[in-house]
Amino acid sequence: MLSVVGVFEKLNHRGYRGTQRNGHRVTANRMSILVEKSTRVIVQGLTGREGTFHAKACAEYGTKIVGGVTPGKGGTTHEGWPVFNTVQEAVDKTGADASVIFVPPPFAADAIMEAADAEIELIICITEGIPVLDMVRAWEFLQTRRARLIGPNCPGIISPGKCKIGIMPGHIHREGPVGIVSRSGTLTYEAVYQLTTRGIGQSTAIGIGGDPIIGTNFVDALELFNRDPQTEAVIMIGEIGGNAEETAAEFVKAKMKKPVVGFIAGQTAPPGRRMGHAGAIISGGKGTATEKIAAMEAAGIRVCKSPAEIGETVAAAIGVKVGA
Amino acid sequence: MKIHEYQAKTILKKYGVSVPRGEMAESRDQAESAARSLFDAGASGVVVKAQIHAGGRGKGGGVKIAKSVEEAADLASKILGMTLVTHQTGPEGRVVRRLLIEETLPIERELYLGIVIDRAEAKPVFMASAAGGMEIEQVAAENPNAILKEYITPGLGLEAFQARKLAFQLGLKPQQINQAVQFMTGLYKAFQETDSSLMEINPFITCTDGRLFALDAKMNFDDNGLFRHAELKELRDITEEDPLEVEASKYSLNYIKLDGNVGCMVNGAGLAMATMDIIKYAGGMPANFLDVGGGANAEQVTHAFEILLSDKNVKAVLINIFGGILRVDTLARGVVEAANKTRIQLPVVLRLEGTNVEQGREILKQSGLNFIVAETMKDAAEKVVEAARTR
Repeated sequence: MLSVVGVFEKLNHRGYRGTQRNGHRVTANRMSILVEKSTRVIVQGLTGREGTFHAKACAEYGTKIVGGVTPGKGGTTHEGWPVFNTVQEAVDKTGADASVIFVPPPFAADAIMEAADAEIELIICITEGIPVLDMVRAWEFLQTRRARLIGPNCPGIISPGKCKIGIMPGHIHREGPVGIVSRSGTLTYEAVYQLTTRGIGQSTAIGIGGDPIIGTNFVDALELFNRDPQTEAVIMIGEIGGNAEETAAEFVKAKMKKPVVGFIAGQTAPPGRRMGHAGAIISGGKGTATEKIAAMEAAGIRVCKSPAEIGETVAAAIGVKVGA
Repeated sequence: MKIHEYQAKTILKKYGVSVPRGEMAESRDQAESAARSLFDAGASGVVVKAQIHAGGRGKGGGVKIAKSVEEAADLASKILGMTLVTHQTGPEGRVVRRLLIEETLPIERELYLGIVIDRAEAKPVFMASAAGGMEIEQVAAENPNAILKEYITPGLGLEAFQARKLAFQLGLKPQQINQAVQFMTGLYKAFQETDSSLMEINPFITCTDGRLFALDAKMNFDDNGLFRHAELKELRDITEEDPLEVEASKYSLNYIKLDGNVGCMVNGAGLAMATMDIIKYAGGMPANFLDVGGGANAEQVTHAFEILLSDKNVKAVLINIFGGILRVDTLARGVVEAANKTRIQLPVVLRLEGTNVEQGREILKQSGLNFIVAETMKDAAEKVVEAARTR
């Protein structure tokens, strides 16, 4: 029984092409969300420096990288992978169901739309620096396609032991029961590290990204974790700007069946300044860490005031005894 | 990126948005000449407006009306060079280097127009309110129904029917509606074509003779969009920015100066914010936000270090690096190079994890320099706060 087909319940299934596409079969209680061992990934921007480095790192981790897309270099091979001119051709020839985008900012929103148009189901856009108005258009385009977008300006997604699509260091992760959803990159690694060193593994870690307009938000990830049999608890790492954490808190209060631990970065951030991430800005008094923490606590989320406490708070939440 | 009012008005004029006649002036003479042109052209008065990247200029004494050329020139020389303090500048204020000399207009009503990106809806939203000339945030808090909104359909602009709707709801007169439609659609076109992130016309005025004008104009631009707007990049006024922040931007470093004495250098914005937070948690005050990013090479790291050390308030430095894209050995090399180059005397606490961490630690050990190595973030924060305190 497919328990996470609901991931795409809002979309029309226009029929699968080739091999089984759902990739979300339950296999003996072990699951993760969105990606698994069988996920087939193409790399848009494969032949660039970042694309090459990270494609190799993902492949080393065990991810099935099946090809790349660089317009104009179709028909060649790069590091052993076939390169295609278009995403459509790549999908037709490789049966890819996911794409990771390492395309520079001026062209990245277009790359997202191209992947969605070629019926890629999961698009992960790593690129930082995409103009907001480009994402406004890309998001509108995505509403008419089946794809789920993660990012942009994100580190990607990893289900330890199964699949890594992104730039996170695989070696700090281990397989286990804690789901993580975060707007940050390196702060997520910090949280993962605190868990791994306590012997607590992760089901899936999703970096949703630091931009103001992103494809997958806290609520989306929490919904998936809520239904995932492998996940027993979730860490939610937010930051100043916007109201996504407040919206997530409402969901947690109403629907979440598993403990949620939270942290909000930027308690000391001054108002009106963009703190690195395009989306990390307190505007007109809104989007402060204080408000987010209050909303999350009111929803029963255990919020750590110090980032150093994330690991031990999760351990307590799932009843793991950790030695001194 | 922010620009001055006079620059915003120059842009808006190109899009058919009516702005008062006026000229920028950087000296008493220029102000005098600008005022003379306006009076000669029939103005009954001129406004001398301080140009700084902050609001509240009127209340701060930076906006004055003159009834003659001589008065305008006198006011200009008083305001130029003054340190203007408003509720948005902070207590240290800003030195006024430029003025806008503008004709006065017979104001009938003061309204508000604004355009921002609604993140939750992922669409730009055009806002309007009859409550102009005052703090719009206060209006939003006390009377949210006073703010009218029209969402922009992506791929389209502000449609004429949307502008008409707003115009009628604002109580504009039938004979003003066409003018208002041209004004509002022009405003949105400017927003979209310049990759603006925020636009505010406060106040948007109606005159006793029926004309409509943008009496003030604020335009901010999406930093991510500037690569495709070379002409906008030229409008940047670095004298309005902190010199260290300007220096940092030369090397593509994300740096924001704060007030404390614990300098920090981190890779990743979320981790950088969390590092500032944990420094405070440990009883200290962060001196800055600094994200060296994933692509930082040894040279950039050196620059980052030098910028941190240029802040005289800094008594100790915390380097918190979790290497993902950024390799820890690259960072370590940069830190050693920087430490040697600057001959730093301040205590430096390092906390390193991630890709190539062992190589990184080895490089630090071999350097012979006196770094304090911490294990966890908590440990690092406590060590650096203590080091700053005892300095």
